[in-house]
Amino acid sequence: MKFDAKIPSGPVAQKWSKHRNDIKLVNPANKRKFDVIVVGSGLAGASAAATLSELGYKVKCFCFQDSPRRAHSIAAQGGINAAKNYQNDGDSVYRLFYDTIKGGDFRSREANVYRLAEVSVNIIDQCVAQGVPFAREYSGYLANRSFGGAQVSRTFYARGQTGQQLLLGAYQALEKQIGAGGVKMYPRTEMLDLVLISGHAKGIVVRDLVTGEISSHAADAVVLATGGYGNVFFLSTNAKGCNVTAIWRAYKRGALMANPCFTQIHPTCIPVTGEHQSKLTLMSESLRNDGRVWVPKTAGDHRAPDEIPDEDRDYYLERKYPAYGNLAPRDISSRAAKEVCDEGRGVGPGGRGVYLDFRDAINRAGLNVIRERYGNLFEMYERITGEDAYRAPMRIYPASHYTMGGLWVDYNLMSNIPGLYVLGEANFSDHGANRLGASALMQGLADGYFVLPYTIGDYFATERPQKPSVDHPEFKAVEAEVAERTKKFLSIKGGRTVTEFHRELGKLMWDKCGMARNEAGLKDALEKIPALRQEFWEDVNVLGEGNELNQSLEYAGRVADFMEFGELLVNDALMRDESCGAHFREEHQTSDGEAKRDDEKFSYVAAWEYQGTDKSPILHKEDLVYDEVHLATRSYK
Amino acid sequence: MNLTLKVWRQKNSDTPGKFVEYNADDISPDMSFLEMLDIVNEGLIKRGEDPIAFDHDCREGICGTCGMMINGVAHGPLGATTTCQLHMRHFKDGQVLTIEPWRARPFPVIRDLVVDRGAFDRVIQAGGFVSARTGGSPDGNAVPIPKPDADLAMDAAACIGCGACVAACKNASAMLFVAAKVSHLNILPQGKAEKDRRTLNMVRAMDEEGFGNCTVMGSCEAVCPKEISLDFISRMNRDYLGALWRSKQ
Repeated sequence: MKFDAKIPSGPVAQKWSKHRNDIKLVNPANKRKFDVIVVGSGLAGASAAATLSELGYKVKCFCFQDSPRRAHSIAAQGGINAAKNYQNDGDSVYRLFYDTIKGGDFRSREANVYRLAEVSVNIIDQCVAQGVPFAREYSGYLANRSFGGAQVSRTFYARGQTGQQLLLGAYQALEKQIGAGGVKMYPRTEMLDLVLISGHAKGIVVRDLVTGEISSHAADAVVLATGGYGNVFFLSTNAKGCNVTAIWRAYKRGALMANPCFTQIHPTCIPVTGEHQSKLTLMSESLRNDGRVWVPKTAGDHRAPDEIPDEDRDYYLERKYPAYGNLAPRDISSRAAKEVCDEGRGVGPGGRGVYLDFRDAINRAGLNVIRERYGNLFEMYERITGEDAYRAPMRIYPASHYTMGGLWVDYNLMSNIPGLYVLGEANFSDHGANRLGASALMQGLADGYFVLPYTIGDYFATERPQKPSVDHPEFKAVEAEVAERTKKFLSIKGGRTVTEFHRELGKLMWDKCGMARNEAGLKDALEKIPALRQEFWEDVNVLGEGNELNQSLEYAGRVADFMEFGELLVNDALMRDESCGAHFREEHQTSDGEAKRDDEKFSYVAAWEYQGTDKSPILHKEDLVYDEVHLATRSYK
Repeated sequence: MNLTLKVWRQKNSDTPGKFVEYNADDISPDMSFLEMLDIVNEGLIKRGEDPIAFDHDCREGICGTCGMMINGVAHGPLGATTTCQLHMRHFKDGQVLTIEPWRARPFPVIRDLVVDRGAFDRVIQAGGFVSARTGGSPDGNAVPIPKPDADLAMDAAACIGCGACVAACKNASAMLFVAAKVSHLNILPQGKAEKDRRTLNMVRAMDEEGFGNCTVMGSCEAVCPKEISLDFISRMNRDYLGALWRSKQ
């Protein structure tokens, strides 16, 4: 298979400017002759759609939500990184680049990450110009805060709603273009397949979620900005609608899926309260600065937390990692919590939780200080759990919240299918095996505002693609397949609901391929997933009709794709016989429980090629070449 | 706990709807309101009945997708809360809950509790933006913004566009939503150049969509999950008057 990352030559710091000068341009009068389809309207999709339209391209943008403003980028709280060095604390493009490569445990592509750091400064300027109300100092200048994995303050924020404010900036730019007639928006419309003609991406088949109508849309290029696949675990911090369908359909049409096993687990989420739980909520990690993490020493100790004296408590992070204590890195804290719960020492309903206790901090600093520091978080905790964390300790547990893997793309963000571009969380390119905080927003906007608008022109100028008619037999054939699949869901009329299947798949994925993975568990999952998938297709119950708003039908399609995708994720985790970043294979750890990389064997991007649902995919390897940085053991001690 | 639900069921926008009674049994107080509906829906599917359609997505109170009238109150009895963040511990065993979609002519019902809020997007298209093209922006620190202004703009920008303000208003007025966006952008120096155009165009678009007039009763502010202040409506009225006067000059 042809497999070229198309990384420009030259020193890493000059690659992007050199590339921008080398690639071909489309003249303004010709841009209006090209149609672009953008699927997804989060930070990456909305920024791309708006910018392409401003340049003169004719854009169609699709989202399954009722408005482009609802995309899940909106839920990001913390902030967005940029190498502005406004704090005069030694930050630079190079440092942001290095921190990102190191944070990703040396499994990302140097050239892409450098470019990301480089354009980060333009993002802030652009967002300010759009009216994003970033936090300010009394001087009137922009404020910064520090974030994990960095020794400088480079994170820009808008209260606890940075994602929302950045998304509204991109959404407003998009709405401006919609109003001006440059973008045609299709809300409540879900992409269900990709159409290729002569090997090039030429359009999509969608379902109107209100009328159920299945239709085709043709274009000169297709851009997927459809987010991550964290909901394969059923419970995650993702929105309920987040799904793998768009990128999975593209994979089944020949696009390569890269590093699907790189999934990030966040240590401080509010635990599951029961079978009814539908999603999980993140609590800021900053709480670990003052909270002490513990569980009872003995399994089955059901006393209330304030009745358990210190000698019966196990402050396990402080015990196991005396140097870092409660501030041990994300992956270590997550795995340690799982371990104590596996031993039966977990607390709260279901026993999957650990205490995060502020008693000592309140005694030391006083209630008011703690209230000042974390008041909004305590309030959020109380809203969800009904418990007052000033009186009794919080309960926390790790949860899936971001996926580093995704469709393989080259330096131009084009997949191996010509004319198919992939942006944001949906691609694999910038975060390696682990993403740093405040970098997801940065990548989404970098891709959409500052990378794709340049690189897509090169494709048009070089290929001069011809937009086919939607009457082309390929469109008709794919439409028929989509309609057939819809009919199939409605005809099974089995005994179990879609949610039941999704929950079972999620539990399996979480148990066998979640925070810690081992060969036996992964092999077990590979036995069980196909069986569950078969049962799904025989026994799922989807009521209603295809020609109406039918939320069960939408959901069934997404879960059916997770049933296939989950198997690939597990295959990738089994193949990657090393620990790196968020991918922790129990067989490969140092004596103190740190991930042990194997650079000799696994310093590559695993890109999988589809061969058929019940056939093994083919593994392609893109070797990661490090010219600028030296591979080192990641250490935050 | 066990509850009785009276839920608005409507097949589509062309078919008249009606209330249908359901039992929600064995509900845990730790469930969110939407998780309670999930349970009811699972039961309906098992019995071969169409589940209740409702909009939802992030389930953490920020995307603005969910929303329903619970016993006549938008987003239910707890203040400053979206429906997804409302938990069942705020209800009593045996309680009867009437659940309806947003009721406003500019928000037609699509199915059951799902309404079409496209009118909000069209109001934004009329001027809810700064016409800054991508690229060529000055440095983020080129124009200092006094902290109180930035904070006030942020207060307005916190709106999640859920539509509760419209649903709560007896006139189905969208003044709080529009005022929040107008204020967010008009307060900031970046939004000043288009201030008058924005205000006039957004108010016109709001009227054209069929939203009613504001009589400053404050129901909108009372149900707003982000506690957007009525003050922004006064501010928009002032901006509107100024813009109107200047446009006549």
